[in-house]
Amino acid sequence: MATRSVVKTIVEKGAYHDSVVLMLVTRDLMAREGVLDASVVMGNDMNLALLRRAGLLANDAGDIGPNDLVVAVRAKNATAADDALAEATRLLEARSVSESSPGTKRPRTIRGALRAAPGTNVAVISVAGVYAASQAWDALLAGCHVLLFSDHVSLEDEIALKAYATEHGLLLMGPGAGTAILNGVGLGFANAVSRGPVGVVSAAGTGLQEVSALISNAGSGITQGIGTGGRDVSEAVGGATMLQGLEALQDDPATEVIVVVSKVASRPVILRVIEQAGRSSKPTILALMGAAHEFTLPRNTVQASTLREAAALAVAFARDDDIEAVRARLGAEEEEIAARAVALRQGIDPGRRYIRGLFSGGTLCEEAMYLWTKRLDQVWSNAPIDNASRLPDSLESRGHTAIDMGEEEFTAGRPHPMIDNRLRVDRVLQEARDPETAVILLDVVLGHGAHPDPASELAPAIAEARDIASGRDGGLLVVASITGTEGDPQGLSRQRRTLEKAGALVMASNAAAALLAGAVADPA
Amino acid sequence: MTTVNALFGKPVKVVNVGLSGFAESLASQGVDVIDVDFRPPPIAVSRLSRTRSGADVEAANREAVRRIVSGQAVVTGLALARDVIPGMNGRILLHAGPPIQWDRMCGPVRGAVMGACLYEGWAGSPEEAEALASSGGVRFDPCHHHHTVGPMAGVVSPSMPVWIVENPTFGNRAFCTMNEGLGKVLRFGAFSPEVVERLRWMADVLFPALDRAIRAIPDGIDIKALIAQALYMGDECHNRNKAGTSLFLRAVAPSLARTSSNGDTLARVLALIDANDHFFLNLSMPAAKVLTEPAEGIDGCTIVTTMARNGTEFGIRVSGLPGRWFTAQAGEVEGLFFPGFSAADANRDLGDSTITETAGFGGMAMACAPAIVKFVGGTPQDAIDATLEMYDICAAEHDTFLIPNLDFRGTPVGIDVRRVAETGLSPRLNTGIAHKDPGIGQVGAGLLRAPMDCFASALRAIEAQGDGESSPTGAGGHPGEET
Repeated sequence: MATRSVVKTIVEKGAYHDSVVLMLVTRDLMAREGVLDASVVMGNDMNLALLRRAGLLANDAGDIGPNDLVVAVRAKNATAADDALAEATRLLEARSVSESSPGTKRPRTIRGALRAAPGTNVAVISVAGVYAASQAWDALLAGCHVLLFSDHVSLEDEIALKAYATEHGLLLMGPGAGTAILNGVGLGFANAVSRGPVGVVSAAGTGLQEVSALISNAGSGITQGIGTGGRDVSEAVGGATMLQGLEALQDDPATEVIVVVSKVASRPVILRVIEQAGRSSKPTILALMGAAHEFTLPRNTVQASTLREAAALAVAFARDDDIEAVRARLGAEEEEIAARAVALRQGIDPGRRYIRGLFSGGTLCEEAMYLWTKRLDQVWSNAPIDNASRLPDSLESRGHTAIDMGEEEFTAGRPHPMIDNRLRVDRVLQEARDPETAVILLDVVLGHGAHPDPASELAPAIAEARDIASGRDGGLLVVASITGTEGDPQGLSRQRRTLEKAGALVMASNAAAALLAGAVADPA
Repeated sequence: MTTVNALFGKPVKVVNVGLSGFAESLASQGVDVIDVDFRPPPIAVSRLSRTRSGADVEAANREAVRRIVSGQAVVTGLALARDVIPGMNGRILLHAGPPIQWDRMCGPVRGAVMGACLYEGWAGSPEEAEALASSGGVRFDPCHHHHTVGPMAGVVSPSMPVWIVENPTFGNRAFCTMNEGLGKVLRFGAFSPEVVERLRWMADVLFPALDRAIRAIPDGIDIKALIAQALYMGDECHNRNKAGTSLFLRAVAPSLARTSSNGDTLARVLALIDANDHFFLNLSMPAAKVLTEPAEGIDGCTIVTTMARNGTEFGIRVSGLPGRWFTAQAGEVEGLFFPGFSAADANRDLGDSTITETAGFGGMAMACAPAIVKFVGGTPQDAIDATLEMYDICAAEHDTFLIPNLDFRGTPVGIDVRRVAETGLSPRLNTGIAHKDPGIGQVGAGLLRAPMDCFASALRAIEAQGDGESSPTGAGGHPGEET
């Protein structure tokens, strides 16, 4: 026992406290500067014996009973001891009114979540690729349909997951599927589209957004929008989800018209999709980007070259309009665009010859490239249609260039351009400073999951780009398309106004914007 | 053919894992969405769903949980250990936790061993007892190898009376000594004359009185039902047994009175039970043991059937690998201490009482016990969160042990080593704290988590005899796949 230490005790008669509370107060007292030992206990015989053994019971403590509270302190000096006793009283009062923390624990696993929320039928999974398959298994085994947004899931995992899903009547949308619309609910990146008679199954995420938004904007609507992930239509996966989705839409009484959207697909998969399309009498539009019109199609099936055409045809079928008349109308629109391009070309310096397309949507980038390669010699890209047109450096455009800014070199460690346009803003200015840039083409994707106001991010850059160009040699053209609806959180017309105010020409679809840009670059 | 269409037209209810923005935009569309707090697994784990021998892990685990949940636990009487516990012949002492010999035993277990030697009359003094125990004169074996569980040191000697708890559904029995009370007691390593004296009184007076009373009750006393009721009354039946003790006293008292010929003895027995808030622990533990044992030895099963500590090591056993212990160093308890004691006095985690968590109560049912929430951080919400967290690592929810606070949801039951490894969440344990030196006794109580290492090595061992081709991301995994 330290020679100069002081022991002080207070006894509070008939003051019951829970022993756990007392142990907590003891702990707090022990942590105080100058306190060598402390004990706060009820005065039963066992505790009193312990106090005596620890030398904590002052000789003058008097008569103590089991219903009395004892606070005993040994401290370096009397002041420290008195302070500690006062603190004990304060703590005991405070403990009796402890506040409880709000909020509940979030589950750490899908299984835990499903137990807490029975009846859950869809899982949206966007964890890093190495963990994604395991999460998808948990969801499938629990009977959930899955939107697997994550990339970098192995091919073997995709095949195994889809085999199980198909066998059990579940959708495994993805990996790499950014969009789905189920029963009117937008999952992942999706637009607020009207309900209606058109069902869409798409191996292209922004393709599903563009088609569904265009259909909705034309006054029709969507039953279901099923994403499959881009690799679904490879030979290895065999279009498992696409065929499953197509069949489900064929069996769905609410779906009257079906649109199938795909980026480059393997030929055997296309043939299987066509075969499946023919098993139903429902009008079916195949928007197979980059596929030649060489297939023998069943009578209910037509092919569309662009998402714009696919949407227009779907609406026409849904309304029982004359298909040839619709095609003629689309042709007339394209002639108008061409004529408009000739006029626009007058305001641009002849030395400015090239298109620079800066895309946030991979499908939209690809659609533009297919349209441009029909009239332009070569279109360079970081995600080219043919490898010979691969840009040596994604950061430097050359000739006609289409950049998919959602590709990995732009998104590694950074947000996707649908969420954050900062990289695209820099690139717009970079292209404007290039004296050969005639047209900058931008896609602006709205909807759930996207940036809350992308136009406001892009508008200053558009205005500055036009300033840079006009100050030097006669200006350039900024053409934009918006994938979105009035019902989207960002509001289609509000976004359009912002872009137009900054000097952009806003077209009604990505295809129309690409056609205009292409015609300006090559008015011939 | 397809049932995808079954989804069409139904309300969409979503679980989101990953980007929280997706959950927010669903919520803004008025959709019911639950957002998982995903964290990458702390150790590389494969997705084990089928062993190489073809056992379906999910099916095996469902069977294990079915057995644990559907069993019964009825106390039918008491007997001397040597008369009922298999293998209690000669100089043998059972102890808590995984196997251990004298040289590695912690202080309180050594103290209890010495006390038991004195109690049995194998030694005349503590010194003789120590000499006997340390020279190989006593055989040591884990309680768990003899259908027995023991709180803290868990030392059981042949002449000690033990509860007999039966599981009529599966025809097995489990055993446990009677609770001695708090303070200087054998289970916390105390061996002074008063400790041994109390043990003798328990054997001479308490044992026959209780045994007569219980045997006079047709079909015994249903301990599982008492646990279920005690959970409604603020116990979790591991660290808090006030309600359970009261319920047991209510159940046994009339028969005690009827079968007692001596009013003084009756009063002493009733007073002893009444004065010991933990009397029921030594019934809830063998109940947990008798409920979990039928789940042992199911091929391919990854459900934990034993968690136990000997004060030196923490050990678990998994159903699919019966008899095999996976151990790690026993943890240090985050605790609150009795007057005069601090963390410096505390022994490492000790006792078989974690059989309660294994059976789906104790720490699993923390949400039931707001009175002891100070151990888990302070507020009733913390207690609820502690239980909610355990749902993530358990295979099922109990159909009898229900939690009023959680809208009568079943307690988490069936710890799955796969999920422990995957989430990095190891079971939460409630426990008492023994002094690290022999002879002193209990110094506090608190909580801790089971060490991750033994769950990870159990999982690896099952993998080694199982689906070796599954990739870390899990191609191997689903139940339909043959490998």
